[in-house]
Amino acid sequence: MSEAQQGIGHGASACRCLASCWMPLLVLLALGHSSLAQAEDLSVFRPAAQPATSIRDLFNLVLGITGAIFVLVEGVLIYSAVRFRRRPGSTDPEPAQVYGSAPLEVAWTVAPLLIVFVLFLVVVRSVVEAQDGNDDDDGPVLRVQVIGHQWWWEIVYPNDDPRAAFGTANELHVPARTDGKTTRVELELLSADVIHSFWVPRLAGKTDLIPGNTNRMWFDSREPETFYGQCAEFCGTQHANMKLLVVAEEQDDFRRWQENERKPAVDTDSAGRDRFLALGCVNCHTVRGTTARGTVGPDLTHLMARRTLAAGATQNDHDQLRAWIAGPDTIKPGSKMPNMHLSGEDVDLIVGYLESLR
Amino acid sequence: MAVWESSAADISPPAVAHAPSWATTVDHKQIGILYIVTSLVFLAVGGLEALVIRAQLWKPDSHLVGPEVFNQMFTMHGTTMIFFVVMPMLFGFGNYLVPLMIGARDMAFPRLNAFSYWMFAFGGAVTYLSFLAGGAPDVGWFAYAPLTEYAFSRGTSTDYWILGILISGIGTLATAVNLVTTILTMRAPGMSLGKVPLFVWMMMFDGILLIFALPPVTAAIIMLLLDRSLGAHFFDTQAGGSAILWQHLFWFFGHPEVYVMALPAFGIISEVVPVFSRKVIFGYESVAAATVAIGVLSMGVWAHHMFTVGMSDALDAIFSGASFLIAVPTGIKMFNWIATIYGGKLVLASPMLFALGFLAMFLIGGLTGIMLAAVPIDWQVSDTYFVVGHFHYVLFGGSLFAIMAAFYYWFPKATGRMMDERLARWQFWLMLAGFNLTFFPMHIAGLLGMPRRIYTYSADRGWTIWNQLSTVGAAMLAVCFAVFFWNLFDSVRRGAPAGDDPWDAWTLEWATTSPPAPYNFEQIPLVRSRRPLWDLKHPEDPDWEHES
Repeated sequence: MSEAQQGIGHGASACRCLASCWMPLLVLLALGHSSLAQAEDLSVFRPAAQPATSIRDLFNLVLGITGAIFVLVEGVLIYSAVRFRRRPGSTDPEPAQVYGSAPLEVAWTVAPLLIVFVLFLVVVRSVVEAQDGNDDDDGPVLRVQVIGHQWWWEIVYPNDDPRAAFGTANELHVPARTDGKTTRVELELLSADVIHSFWVPRLAGKTDLIPGNTNRMWFDSREPETFYGQCAEFCGTQHANMKLLVVAEEQDDFRRWQENERKPAVDTDSAGRDRFLALGCVNCHTVRGTTARGTVGPDLTHLMARRTLAAGATQNDHDQLRAWIAGPDTIKPGSKMPNMHLSGEDVDLIVGYLESLR
Repeated sequence: MAVWESSAADISPPAVAHAPSWATTVDHKQIGILYIVTSLVFLAVGGLEALVIRAQLWKPDSHLVGPEVFNQMFTMHGTTMIFFVVMPMLFGFGNYLVPLMIGARDMAFPRLNAFSYWMFAFGGAVTYLSFLAGGAPDVGWFAYAPLTEYAFSRGTSTDYWILGILISGIGTLATAVNLVTTILTMRAPGMSLGKVPLFVWMMMFDGILLIFALPPVTAAIIMLLLDRSLGAHFFDTQAGGSAILWQHLFWFFGHPEVYVMALPAFGIISEVVPVFSRKVIFGYESVAAATVAIGVLSMGVWAHHMFTVGMSDALDAIFSGASFLIAVPTGIKMFNWIATIYGGKLVLASPMLFALGFLAMFLIGGLTGIMLAAVPIDWQVSDTYFVVGHFHYVLFGGSLFAIMAAFYYWFPKATGRMMDERLARWQFWLMLAGFNLTFFPMHIAGLLGMPRRIYTYSADRGWTIWNQLSTVGAAMLAVCFAVFFWNLFDSVRRGAPAGDDPWDAWTLEWATTSPPAPYNFEQIPLVRSRRPLWDLKHPEDPDWEHES
């Protein structure tokens, strides 16, 4: 050893530190685990439906296996680093030179191969399960189309009778389980512009919405509850505010909601409506029952039945609605909804009209 | 043999090595240092970008920078760290060390080597000039079409990204060819391919990997450029182009690229761990073979970045299985490194500390990689902060820890001076703590549903505390790098003289002066084994008696 190495014999303390630096990590791990199990709205460890539940089970299994490997390998590493450190001032000769060991090297090639093979089989089973679901569940099926836009979700409930089809935005309603039977919700995923990704963590894994392709995914319904979701693929300026809600509700509530959504708009505010129709709003927005037939922006027919504005950017209440109409950029910078530079009077009229759309 | 046996006085070093200007050098050592210093500058810039990201995410509903700047920051951070920091930094070490380690006087094509460096520097400059031209790229380092098509990305920022990557890619490909040629043709007599240091072995496969992986992404980038400027429709979905095609071409490069950044790091660890354990590497052959296996497998796993695009179950399963398989050769390396430590007499100098940090952190990245390779788990956690945590454990906990080990290990060779050990220790512990504090909570945020690349989040989602821990960790990392930069700067001027072989190491670069003369060696020691200097120092028990 040269002089340069003489000054660096603090091996013992360094190694104890190396071992103790894992303590904070373990604390974090424990904190994380309790946090994942708490009432967080998007935790993948709180599944509420298939296939999210079977994915969680797979996750726990893989976490167990990799966790065991982690403890084992990290343990051997820290043990070796502590046990075999050179004492300060030591003038020991070089240790025995071990060039390798065929049995050992074969062992730690074959063992991981076996683990990996088992994991592979488990994953294949899980993929099939998550994709196809439970075949002997012969409950009803709800088919919904989800179309991704920069930066909002168009939701279409198709129907064999075109008059009964309707569209809404950023809020997907599904019926909850009744009489032990779940409804299988099948989504057809499309994109109007760039790639988006549909993700409601507590219901299912994510599936991309790809322009020019049609993707499909499914989940089943459970208890009445509201689930939070969001776009998971970067899709431009306002990717962050492309959120959605999935509302699972009792059969009767769902039926009432559907019937209401199907109806054209009924409003009581003709002055506001006239102003709305006279301004540029109609180039982008549809209000069924009026001449507004734009398709670039969300359908506003029953706007006030929705909980959020601008794809979850803010709550849908009077103040936020007013702020949104007056200056979308203050709520969602970069949003495709332009600032129309409306006068205060116009804003009041438009807001009044929109608030009548229930 | 005559060349190596000449004395220094008989050899006139190449005239250019004496040129006052670094701008005209073709000496591999100067080019290596240019690479390293330039990528250090980019490291500082990329780090600042990361700090902006972390500052913005400190609290929910933050208005610090807004979406435009945030999107530019994460795009430039990723692009910078991958193309202008980690890869060129490793090339810098490769450039500096490969000829020295194989007993050559320079790279096979010295002028091409200089050209490579200047292409890298120019490519980086072009990418950053976008800031002056109306805005930096804001489409992510992966630049998914059709978001990068002109319809969705107006202005010139994406064009700057394309040109910057294209230009530096030319340099990268030339370096890859240069490395492979140098290693195949310029080894000292007696140094068969089975006797080259493992760092050299891994740099060679790095080059081979790049030669296969770069052309597809180069083609893709040119296709995107054609789409944007000449109205072609390769990725223009409005006109029948494909959005998925870009992903296949991009990840066909993008996944091997991970190993392009990991293999030289593995090489560094394979040099540092034996020297500081005072043992020969355990299982040289299986470490080398694992390198080949990783190289081959890494070409066949690209679609595991695409499990959510709606491929068939069969394809998902195949790519999942192939990804799992990579764990096997990677595990072999890990076990061999630990076996090298086991039974050694560890010298816990700074290079070894960072190497141990690498082993401990990279393992975590590898294990979360196994989770991600399990398709259904990927459906949940892909494009969340879980993935951000995962790949930072691989690339920061892996490559960057190894790069730090390399700095402390080879700095004495390149400058003739030692770096300060006390500062090194400060840096190491700050880095280990800051790194875990920054990136471990990201796994949890991801499992709590936090997507990547969002500039803001609302308070009701339960992500705040995890983001705050990350941001505090990032601040610690900033201090850690300040310590590192100061140590570099100060040690160049005032470091203790190092001597030729301060670590009592065994590979050929330590057989010459520190810093080496422009022509590298006066005399090459006889190469009969993998550790020529061990043979010199231990004539009673030379390596060649143990090697097959």
